[in-house]
Amino acid sequence: MSDELLYSEPEEDLRAAVADLLATRAPWSAVLARTGTSEPYDADLWKALGAGIGAAGLVVPESLGGAGASLREAAVVAEELGKAVAPVPFLGNLTATALLLALRESGAGDAADEHLRRIATGEQTAAVAIPFSTPPDWTTIGSLSVTPWPPSAEVHEARLTGRVTSVADALPADVLVVPADGSIYVVPASEARREPVTSLDMTRVLCDIEFDDTPAELLTIGYEPLRLALLAAAAVLASEQLGLAERCLDLTVEYVKTRRQFGRAVGSYQGLKHRLAQLWVQIAQARAVARHAASATGDEQAIAVAVAQAHCSTVAVQAAEECVQMHGGIGFTWEHPAHLYLKRAKSASLALGGPSRHRRRLAELVNLPPSAPTR
Amino acid sequence: MPPLTAPTAPHDLENQIRGFLAAHDPHTTARLDFLRARFDAGLAWLHYPPGLGGQSLPRGLQPAAERAFAEAGAPDNDPRRIGIGLGMAAPTILAYGTDEQKQRWLRPLWCGEEVWCQLFSEPGAGSDLAALATRAVRDSGDWVVNGQKVWTSMAHEARWAILVARTDPDVPKHQGLTYFVLDMTTPGVEVRPLRQLTGEAEFNEVFLTDVRIPDAHRLGAVGDGWRVAQTTLMNERVAIGGGATPREGGMIGMLAETWRTRPEVRDPASHDRLMQLWVAGEAARLTGQRLSAQLAAGQPGPEGSAAKYAFATLNQQVSGLELDLLGEEGLRYDDWTMRRPDTVDFVGRSPGYRYLRSKGNSIEGGTSEILLNIIAERVLGLPGEIRADKDVPWKDLPR
Repeated sequence: MSDELLYSEPEEDLRAAVADLLATRAPWSAVLARTGTSEPYDADLWKALGAGIGAAGLVVPESLGGAGASLREAAVVAEELGKAVAPVPFLGNLTATALLLALRESGAGDAADEHLRRIATGEQTAAVAIPFSTPPDWTTIGSLSVTPWPPSAEVHEARLTGRVTSVADALPADVLVVPADGSIYVVPASEARREPVTSLDMTRVLCDIEFDDTPAELLTIGYEPLRLALLAAAAVLASEQLGLAERCLDLTVEYVKTRRQFGRAVGSYQGLKHRLAQLWVQIAQARAVARHAASATGDEQAIAVAVAQAHCSTVAVQAAEECVQMHGGIGFTWEHPAHLYLKRAKSASLALGGPSRHRRRLAELVNLPPSAPTR
Repeated sequence: MPPLTAPTAPHDLENQIRGFLAAHDPHTTARLDFLRARFDAGLAWLHYPPGLGGQSLPRGLQPAAERAFAEAGAPDNDPRRIGIGLGMAAPTILAYGTDEQKQRWLRPLWCGEEVWCQLFSEPGAGSDLAALATRAVRDSGDWVVNGQKVWTSMAHEARWAILVARTDPDVPKHQGLTYFVLDMTTPGVEVRPLRQLTGEAEFNEVFLTDVRIPDAHRLGAVGDGWRVAQTTLMNERVAIGGGATPREGGMIGMLAETWRTRPEVRDPASHDRLMQLWVAGEAARLTGQRLSAQLAAGQPGPEGSAAKYAFATLNQQVSGLELDLLGEEGLRYDDWTMRRPDTVDFVGRSPGYRYLRSKGNSIEGGTSEILLNIIAERVLGLPGEIRADKDVPWKDLPR
């Protein structure tokens, strides 16, 4: 049972393959250089990772051409991507995949299967058109209007109008899965207008999406599959945050061993040593909660994900902030990678609901109610 | 009698235990007889060698064995009461003892017939244990010991003590130490309770005046005491690691229960604080579980040294919040009587007791500051602290 908290051998093999690819194709200098270009996502790298290693179709069932893996394997890939802050739409594509898988169950079988098949081959990349900050337990959603209204299961064609802001991983997507007014639609990405957003996280550039009487295909009525997809995404994001925190700690430990002031390595001062040791303790805990979140199912999944998001979001930000601080002046410059991690860490902690939002949700799940409103 | 061939899988072990239980019905066999038989069958501490209570098996098999015995209603050796013997004395005896010493001490230790205590810390040597001043001087076949030890749990019930004393003051502090086993009934051993800020006295001070120890009770070579003591201290932290606890199993469970059952203590600012600590508790719990799984899979990780640090911090924060929530009730304390508990009981006492007792968690068994040094130096490989006393003979150190 508690073996779920460890990494299996196939998981370590997968990690090694992804790490090798990223080491040669996405060193931080290349990642930084790309941030100044009109191509914020690395299409070639995504091809090698998604189609080559099979990360795109990792959780797609084998019957549809995928690897038939679970979120645990996806989480291992995310750890490595977090270490490299690699500009690939893995998380967005995974979220859309999880959504399509969830709505296969609710009767959207054939259409969902076809999209999943194309995702598995790497033929198409998908994203969910939803603000990246949306938590799994969102209560209101939708700035889009749908015609004809109300949708019916017999009529699959609809038209969407409106604007969705701050969507992650939609820029390189070929197909958008769109929650609108209580139902879920699919739209070819080329049919919507996508405007890149100047994003805090330069390695996961957001976009705003404009729909203007855009033709869409109804997949299912109801939002339950979306909740499950966001829960899966939040579980995998926790592992990405873990990987980022690990890399920040490694970089910082390496630096404080070599940087000398007052005739000593700065890493010999307890003022830094103790903070790094505390960070290491936090990261060891992040590993345990992230593994649990990637493994949990059923009712336990929501609790495990809330714990992992509350913890890993905080730890990743702490690691990136310490990385900047302990690098001193060089850590505050553009030509050092620390800022890439800081921007990714802070953005990721706002994504899919921030730590306090996850704690509030957790309180409901474990029956620790907030105080009654004062009269 | 089950065969003494080593089982290669948990399955074989289960069969062995089943066979043992069939031959020694736990409901009709006297407690001590049962425990001695279990030791002799190599089913006590499985990772110990054959003939000394084990079968040289991986440590990770132990929890399953304990479960099997517990499910059969077998008596245990009251591990909490003999924790120092099991966790610290035994591994050191195993590593450094002569065959004769191992045969004499390990069986009654494991069976709980003889309680052990640890005479390491002194008033002048806490975190800097190697600076200790208790002297042992050779006198024909014996050693004569003088000095004062402190923070000794179970000294008032112990038959044996592990003791580190200075045998050579003319060399730097780490080099002049020797490790002994002391019979606590020897004349000149005086045990006094040490009352702590909670009111009770879990610990003792031990005064040693012209105490004679036979040279046959020395563990390891003369002057090698520091290296021998490292074995003891490393095992102390492994022992603290511990097995699987259920969700809300620790102090956080008591705090959560207070929150659930007493709506009048709830306030909005404390709610997020409560949830932060709940998350921290769950993170610490899962980390402990992951550590156990790593040990069971034969991949020991350095997470063990972090567990004690994390739990100390968490206990202090949780018990502090509990008092904050209780308000007026937090002003009241349950009992300042000087009692002599064998073990720490966080559950049966008042929230004020939990608050006070948990202050010791970041001091006992390595302060949090020392633990952070250890993680920084041994795990992260950061430079060690500057040691002004490293090459100076102990007798010349400023004191």
